[in-house]
Amino acid sequence: MRNEEVASKIFRLELAGEIPQLAAGSFVEVSVGGMYLRRPISVCESVPGKVTLVYKVVGKGTTQMTKLVRNDVVNCLLQLGNGFQIPESSRKALLVGGGIGTAPLYQLAVELRKKGVFTTFIAGFANQSEIFYQKEFENICDKTYYATMDGSFGHQGLVTELLPECDYDYFYACGPTPMLKAVTAAIATDGQLSLEERMGCGFGICMGCSLMTAHGAKRICKDGPVFRKEELVW
Amino acid sequence: MVDLSVNLCGVTLQNPVIPASGTFGFGAEMAEIYDLNVLGSISVKGTTFEPRFGNPTPRIAECPDGLLNSVGLQNPGAKVVAEEEIPNLRKHFHQPIIGNVCGFSLDDYRACCETVATEVEIVELNISCPNVHNGGMAFGTTPDGAASVVKAVREVCPRPLIVKLSPNVGDIVSIAKACEEAGADGLTLINTMLGMRIDIRRRKPVLARKMGGFSGPAIFPVALRMVYQVSKACRIPVVGCGGVASAEDVIEMMMAGATAVQVGSENLRNPFVCKQIVENLPSVMNELKINKLSEIIGIIE
Repeated sequence: MRNEEVASKIFRLELAGEIPQLAAGSFVEVSVGGMYLRRPISVCESVPGKVTLVYKVVGKGTTQMTKLVRNDVVNCLLQLGNGFQIPESSRKALLVGGGIGTAPLYQLAVELRKKGVFTTFIAGFANQSEIFYQKEFENICDKTYYATMDGSFGHQGLVTELLPECDYDYFYACGPTPMLKAVTAAIATDGQLSLEERMGCGFGICMGCSLMTAHGAKRICKDGPVFRKEELVW
Repeated sequence: MVDLSVNLCGVTLQNPVIPASGTFGFGAEMAEIYDLNVLGSISVKGTTFEPRFGNPTPRIAECPDGLLNSVGLQNPGAKVVAEEEIPNLRKHFHQPIIGNVCGFSLDDYRACCETVATEVEIVELNISCPNVHNGGMAFGTTPDGAASVVKAVREVCPRPLIVKLSPNVGDIVSIAKACEEAGADGLTLINTMLGMRIDIRRRKPVLARKMGGFSGPAIFPVALRMVYQVSKACRIPVVGCGGVASAEDVIEMMMAGATAVQVGSENLRNPFVCKQIVENLPSVMNELKINKLSEIIGIIE
């Protein structure tokens, strides 16, 4: 196991054990010492026997997670959530990530590459110090673009301002809700968006993370976290 | 061979362990995780006559040794529960089922009970949900209010009727007695305690609804105390609920006076906990020289 800071307040946690191949866009519920509830963290990279989680330190629970060291045993619930579904008809994918929301797009980019899909990646961050996995995304995507709010790296401004430069027939997005709304409004093609919410259980029994959709009430943890664009009523 | 069975209002349970309402859905998701037939019973998700989406999110907040929830009785409505959810649970679960009935008026409670009661072995009347306006807790916080809803539902309830009480009251015993006199067959103690958290960085309450129900191991001593007081004052059986997380907790609740024990919050962080408690009970009983679990009910004077 490794647990290291890869950008400002962003940590990469690598776990090994009895771990199956986990779906891109699915998540893991991590038991954290001193916290009652587990912390839901999206899968960034997965191969059988190993999973990599990239998480942002936002409160007590994630601060506690940074203290994990090699040989610590971490109790996790795996294979949670639906994950991204790659439509066979799509040949040119656009990935749009905001902040820590770019993490689950990495495993998706891996799977898109395996399928030979032309992939453009756009990521937005507050500033350069928060950018992680830049090399990794550049290696695996056909084109990558960055936007930062303060202009310290790439385009200064919002990810939506970079959309006209991109060639795609389908999109996938994960990030803060205002970004997801703006992306949905700006993109005409179909696509999938991964949402987040404070969760109780993470496996569909407590109704803590419910969302009203075009098809009725859904649980972000069990029916999501990935939803098709047309399901979401903002 | 130890005997785990208990008799709850005339219904024999193979053991006293019952997942609490709202922490187990309608069982379908949990049936994918383990064979539910090890459980004594299941109290299914709180049901209202009309479908409800519940409260805005965030509905969950972390707390020391527990959590707050403000779900607000999200459920598909009594008709769907009676015709789809409970029959679906029966496919996986061949033990008695407890239906949890909620409402916003006496007529509402009656209509919900009439729809659900015939599909279950026991009806649990929720007059203690802190997360809905005018619902549940409005009835559950005074003896007269509690008695009025118990009387109204008793008339239309063909099953044993247990009433789930709120801890957010000054005198739990007077409310429990009012329910007993109004015809309740049993009592569940306790529902969640009203609580609140603030995100100091955002200067906002964590929950969209500001306040919510506090549950988890932190409230176990409060639940235990109320089970003890009420079981001493009433003749009807008490189901202990609140912070139970281990076989030892189950035994402690039963010694305080509980006939059966519900496990709530712990299901959310350890989906296997109810099964583990059932599996651990015999060895804990052996250690404590208990042969028949029902013999320890209320042994504390």
